[in-house]
Amino acid sequence: MAAGSEWLAETRTGDGLEIRLSGDWTIDNADRIDAGIAGSATAPAGTTVIDVSLVGRMDTTGAWLVEKIRRRLTTPDVTVEILGAQPNHQVLIDRLHALTGEPAPEPTRYSALSLLAEHTGRATMDALREGADLLNFLGLATVTATRTALSPRRFRITAFVHHLEQVGLNALPIVGLLSFLIGVVLAYQGADQLRRFGAEIFTVNLLGISILREMGILLTAIIVAGRSGSAFAAQIGTMQVNEEIDAMRTIGLDPMEVLVLPRTLALLVAMPLLAVYADLMGLAGGALMAIVSLDITFTQFTERLKDVVPIWSFWVGIIKAPIFGIVIALVGCREGLKVRGSADSVGRQTTRAVVVSIFLVIIIDAVFSIFFSAVGV
Amino acid sequence: MTDTPAISIRGLRTQFGRTVIHDGVDLDIVRGEVMGVVGASGSGKSVLMRAVIGLVTPTAGTVRIFGKDRAAMSGAELNAIEKRYGVLFQNGALFSSLTVAQNVMVPLKEHTGMSAALMAEIAAYKIAMSGLPHDACTKYPSELSGGMRKRAGLARALALDPEILFLDEPTAGLDPIGAAAFDTLIGDLQKTLGLTVVMVTHDLDSLYAICDRVAVLVDKHAIVGTIGELTENQHPWIHDYFHGPRSRAATESGGE
Repeated sequence: MAAGSEWLAETRTGDGLEIRLSGDWTIDNADRIDAGIAGSATAPAGTTVIDVSLVGRMDTTGAWLVEKIRRRLTTPDVTVEILGAQPNHQVLIDRLHALTGEPAPEPTRYSALSLLAEHTGRATMDALREGADLLNFLGLATVTATRTALSPRRFRITAFVHHLEQVGLNALPIVGLLSFLIGVVLAYQGADQLRRFGAEIFTVNLLGISILREMGILLTAIIVAGRSGSAFAAQIGTMQVNEEIDAMRTIGLDPMEVLVLPRTLALLVAMPLLAVYADLMGLAGGALMAIVSLDITFTQFTERLKDVVPIWSFWVGIIKAPIFGIVIALVGCREGLKVRGSADSVGRQTTRAVVVSIFLVIIIDAVFSIFFSAVGV
Repeated sequence: MTDTPAISIRGLRTQFGRTVIHDGVDLDIVRGEVMGVVGASGSGKSVLMRAVIGLVTPTAGTVRIFGKDRAAMSGAELNAIEKRYGVLFQNGALFSSLTVAQNVMVPLKEHTGMSAALMAEIAAYKIAMSGLPHDACTKYPSELSGGMRKRAGLARALALDPEILFLDEPTAGLDPIGAAAFDTLIGDLQKTLGLTVVMVTHDLDSLYAICDRVAVLVDKHAIVGTIGELTENQHPWIHDYFHGPRSRAATESGGE
């Protein structure tokens, strides 16, 4: 009674089974050999002999497959012996026999519904914890800022100026260009719609109010969150992975003071400046479009703007700027400090920094809108 | 064919910008030997290894693997050659988004067509063979210690049963007992599998324990010999290296 394949042949002997292996037992043939093993019979009680004398080459994968046959056949009634191995094959077979390598346990699977519930719960708790965390962090930053204000010599002026250049000066081209284009688009769309009512001159009102109150500052905040908030998280996160932050602590430097404070103050200063610049560029874009499509002069445009747009509209936009700056900086630094372990985590926290800061910026903007309409400006 | 060296480097020159790292390195690595690569920090040990495995393109010179010129190989040939060597990077270089078992399975998935169940079995015994506890399979690299990461990296390097094993400072950062165990493990695997091992190291103990020959990188060249031959060498750096207090201690313990 013989069965088998190219690599193994089974023969019933008097009191057991003899399995004769042949060919190259290497990783290249592993799949086919494994299929052969799966199709083989179980052994009768007694002694089963695995004869490996005809095996050509053998590597650890081959040796594992021999071991696998041995484990599969061994029962209380069956003893398995491996015979005829070449010395170096014997070493491999013995080495693998000594291991207790079972396949990694499959993770338990849950139903989609319970997973959904678990996921929702986890996300809710995470969001709440994140909020509490951020409030904590705001408190810590305030304490650090106060302490530094009391002994101003501790303030890192070089770092502050460096970050001011990074987040402020270097952001001018992108903020300017995008605001200008948004101004153009608003004026064009506004003029197009208002012309139907013969009210195209109101384009200037639309432009002035929307850019000064909302568009200028929101656009700036979103650009800054994307380019500076993410940079903060990535810089601090990389330092965290390199254990630089731990090194700082052991030297007696406070990461809040060295890393977070200069960045936060830099954004606090840069945001209002960027917002004013964005307002100007947005209005310039709008003016250009108004001159082209409404057939008015630049002087008429500015006169009209002065008449119809109250100065409060400008302040409503600018008041929000430092707050957005602080939120973006704190979220970026916080997410950076939360990096743990590997480079993988840096990417995750950087993405999170951008998402959370834009989310908070828009929430705060909405709260401001309600507040301003309540007080009637 | 068996007489072709596993790796043959001729006139290798590498430079980054104006900094010349190697200038005319000649090195033959015979099949089945353990070649140690030593040199001062910055002498280009890791760069030499990277040039052989193709991560750094040499400015001049040829690198032949199994007699084939690396620069003249087609994509398919490169792919076939890559199956035949495994690399252990300094810090393991495990993929951080995958578990240890998944890390070991990456080369198996890429280069073989075996079933998922068999791959999982192979990964499990490779991980056990590299000396990791069984529950390490499902852990992520960030949950492992430095030494465990190295062992997991070794398991991945050995996944395809390679013929050549490149090790970049395998024992750096391990405790002495762990380092000795790692040396024994590599020595055993090398003997049973007939591996060719190229080992960049600072560890004199590993050098004495398992290396057949040593290539010393000095003055942008490689000087090759057995430890006995190199001990006689009169080059000041090599002399200091093999006659320093650390070396003497390693000789004594190796001689026991």
